Amino acid sequence: MRQLYRFHGGIHPPEFKELSNGTPIVSPPLPARLVVPVSQHLGAPAKPCVAVGEAVLKGQLIACADGRVSAAVHAPTSGRVVAVGEADVAHPSGLLQTCISIETDGLDAWIEKTPLPNWQEADNETVRAFLRDMGVVGQGGAVFPTALKLGVSHLDTLIVNGAECEPFISCDDRLMRERAQEIVEGVRIAGTLTGAREMLIGVEDNKPEAIAALTAACAGTPIEVVSVPTLYPSGGAKQLIRILTGKEVPHGMRSTDFGVQCFNVGTLYSLKRAIVDGEPVISRIVTLTGELERCGNAEVLLGTPVEHLLAWAGVNTRCDGVIVGGPMMGFPLESRVAGVGKAVNCLIARSDTLLPPRPPAMPCIRCGACADACPAQLQPMELYWHAKAREFGPAQEANLFDCIECGACSYVCPSQLPLVDFYKFAKDEIWAAERDKKAADRARARHEFRQFRIERDKTEKAERLAARAATPAPAATPDAAKADAIRAAMAKAAERKADVAPPTEDAKRAAIKAAMARAAAKKAEQQDAGTPPKPALDDAKRAAIEAAMARAAAKKAEQQGTATSEAEAVPAPAPKPAIDDTKRAAIEAAMARAAAKKAEQQSTATSEAEAVPASAPKPAIDDAKRAAIEAAMARAAARKAEQQGAAAAEAEAAPAPAPKPAIDDAKRAAIEAAMARAAAKKAEREAQKGQDPQP
Amino acid sequence: MNILLTALGVMAVLAILLGAILGFASVRFRVDADPLVDQIDAILPQTQCGQCGHPGCRPYAEAIASGEADINQCPPGGEDGIRKLAELLGVDFKPFDGDAAEPKPKSVARIDEATCIGCTLCIQACPVDAIVGAAKQMHTVIESECTGCELCLAPCPVDCIRMVPLGTSVETWKWRYPVIPIRTIKA
Ligand code: SF4
Ligand code: SF4
Ligand code: SF4
Ligand code: SF4
Repeated sequence: MRQLYRFHGGIHPPEFKELSNGTPIVSPPLPARLVVPVSQHLGAPAKPCVAVGEAVLKGQLIACADGRVSAAVHAPTSGRVVAVGEADVAHPSGLLQTCISIETDGLDAWIEKTPLPNWQEADNETVRAFLRDMGVVGQGGAVFPTALKLGVSHLDTLIVNGAECEPFISCDDRLMRERAQEIVEGVRIAGTLTGAREMLIGVEDNKPEAIAALTAACAGTPIEVVSVPTLYPSGGAKQLIRILTGKEVPHGMRSTDFGVQCFNVGTLYSLKRAIVDGEPVISRIVTLTGELERCGNAEVLLGTPVEHLLAWAGVNTRCDGVIVGGPMMGFPLESRVAGVGKAVNCLIARSDTLLPPRPPAMPCIRCGACADACPAQLQPMELYWHAKAREFGPAQEANLFDCIECGACSYVCPSQLPLVDFYKFAKDEIWAAERDKKAADRARARHEFRQFRIERDKTEKAERLAARAATPAPAATPDAAKADAIRAAMAKAAERKADVAPPTEDAKRAAIKAAMARAAAKKAEQQDAGTPPKPALDDAKRAAIEAAMARAAAKKAEQQGTATSEAEAVPAPAPKPAIDDTKRAAIEAAMARAAAKKAEQQSTATSEAEAVPASAPKPAIDDAKRAAIEAAMARAAARKAEQQGAAAAEAEAAPAPAPKPAIDDAKRAAIEAAMARAAAKKAEREAQKGQDPQP
Repeated sequence: MNILLTALGVMAVLAILLGAILGFASVRFRVDADPLVDQIDAILPQTQCGQCGHPGCRPYAEAIASGEADINQCPPGGEDGIRKLAELLGVDFKPFDGDAAEPKPKSVARIDEATCIGCTLCIQACPVDAIVGAAKQMHTVIESECTGCELCLAPCPVDCIRMVPLGTSVETWKWRYPVIPIRTIKA
């Protein structure tokens, strides 16, 4: 007889297992539609790899594992994909998550199965990739990808968790009774992969049939079945390790540091199905219990809506809610249309007679009962005080993250405090703060890099300019042409600067005036919005609308103009005589346009200059409004004139002769226009900035 | 008398010696950066939005450290941020001013890609380089890097950038604070 150890604390809640453990596992009828979540495991959600409308076969990959900590998802039956998108999932938040909906066709036609028969020769890496792509995850509740847990070698002890300590749940019990042979095979595979020295299956002594079945299946193998005393939560990984080996895993370390690894029986069963039979994880055993006509265990296809299962099991009228998982660690289901995922081991149709509601909480009396019950040897009342006061730092120092959320403390608390809810709240807050901190650190790094980059670009530019200024002009080599070009360009630039200066000034002034007028109009509008007289509001609105329309029209016209000029500009640089005509035409058109634009700018400037002082007897608001309207109209008119001018010039352009410097003129005109526009925008922005703080 | 002189002499020598050691240490082990600024900067949310009236979080941290700015100027940090700053600096918690901007739910910018004219103005405005694009090409926001500072909204000439609040997903959902129902006990 093996020596067993005892973990600290623990409780004996009523079991209620006899409700469901008496009947064999059955298969519920196929639902019309399966809603398969892509995130049924810890880590990155799988990436859907099927399209809507696609026909899928049973066992076909429908979402691939994304990254190392992830697992694939497969079609649980054959049918057609009808939706890929957000849908209800079994999660305490009741939020939606990406799911793949499959309309079943009733054929249940398998895809060709691909086992891994030579897994003994394959290296560990290959087997783990295979398991990841088969979607094998821990089925005890944490749904951690199994592949990652197998990445160890030379284990001391491989522990198989068949304790199933939580009340109501009996899915592992039935699995062990009925499919002991396959579980044992899975244990052997896992033992070989991890190089385990000893392999133990721990089963609570309230499941004698399961122990008997496993012992029979293990005959002649090195695997030992150990009956452990019934005590909640002996099914916790750390607790079972303590019971079977006497090793206690301290804070901040993993069991593998002590040569121990723990797997659930259901996990090893699905591992065997994947490797030996080539069947991915597409179903799991779920205990259906509580206020049902037919309680029991069912082999449920993943994605089967909870509603369908309850209807099949005959939910009776007393039921007033569904709990996913057990009564100690489970959570109330928000939506019954959610599909069953790999983590759902039990569905309890609850009622107040079955699970009486918690009496109202009273203040903590510091009795210490919770500390006596805590299997993690924490001080639950201390954690509770810190979490309640939102003191997350001290809570973390009191080892909040060692809490396994078993609920033993809440169970024994004479004040009926919902202690675990506080721990969950504190943990989530700490995680969120951690996420925010990471994001802030990233933002800081990016911001600092940006500042560095801007600084570097500035110095580089200065250096480049300095270097260019220092280069001597004459050069006898092929560089001569280049040097000439540069010199010419510089000369041109200088000339351009000289040319540009006055019109820019004008444009700027005009733009500033326009901006002021617009700002005034906006202000007037805002003020009007607050006052009751209706017509005034309408006026301001109309002015704004008109201005906006004028602007939009102008922008459109301009865009079109740019487009055509670009189209025309392409052939221009070619020196061939054949294109000369078009070139000439283009140049002339550009010149005409440039002239028109210049005219426009001047006219805008003058018209606006006139518009502003043209005051009316009405109060200031009206002035501004009228000014804005006038400015907008003037601008629109100028633009229109420009367009017409450009069109006319284009029509006439063809026969006219083309002097060479025309290209330069056109370019210059274009540049001037762009600069004027930029200046205008800048002025406008500044004007707005100046305006903003006042209202 | 003699004893007094000896004592004075010993004290003087000691004072000079210790002074020299301290002086040397202050030169030799000088801390370059202001650690207080770093500590404050670590608390600020790094949204870089300028709502505090400073051109970024670090300038604000410097202003707080030098006593020029109050600790309640950063809306993205929320009251939690003020509380942390108060704790760090050993001053009293101070609520936001009445006219301070309201803290908003976390949002990210989204560019309407059909309207974007590819002017690159928003790229230049973004403090964390969260916008990608090139001249005359459609631009887009890298959602995971956007801090929600809203600085890209104003420069856009065609007003095609919107702030989209980030809802909670299953990954970011938080267990809410447990409320304990109050019951009246009959006397
Ligand atoms: S069991 Fe409840 S009342 Fe007693 S110390 Fe713990 S939290 Fe307080
Ligand atoms: S829920 Fe946490 S604190 Fe409470 S008994 Fe379990 S491990 Fe201990
Ligand atoms: S207001 Fe904006 S810029 Fe200022 S500290 Fe807060 S996040 Fe940083
Ligand atoms: S994309 Fe816009 S809102 Fe987001 S960080 Fe950049 S400038 Fe701020």
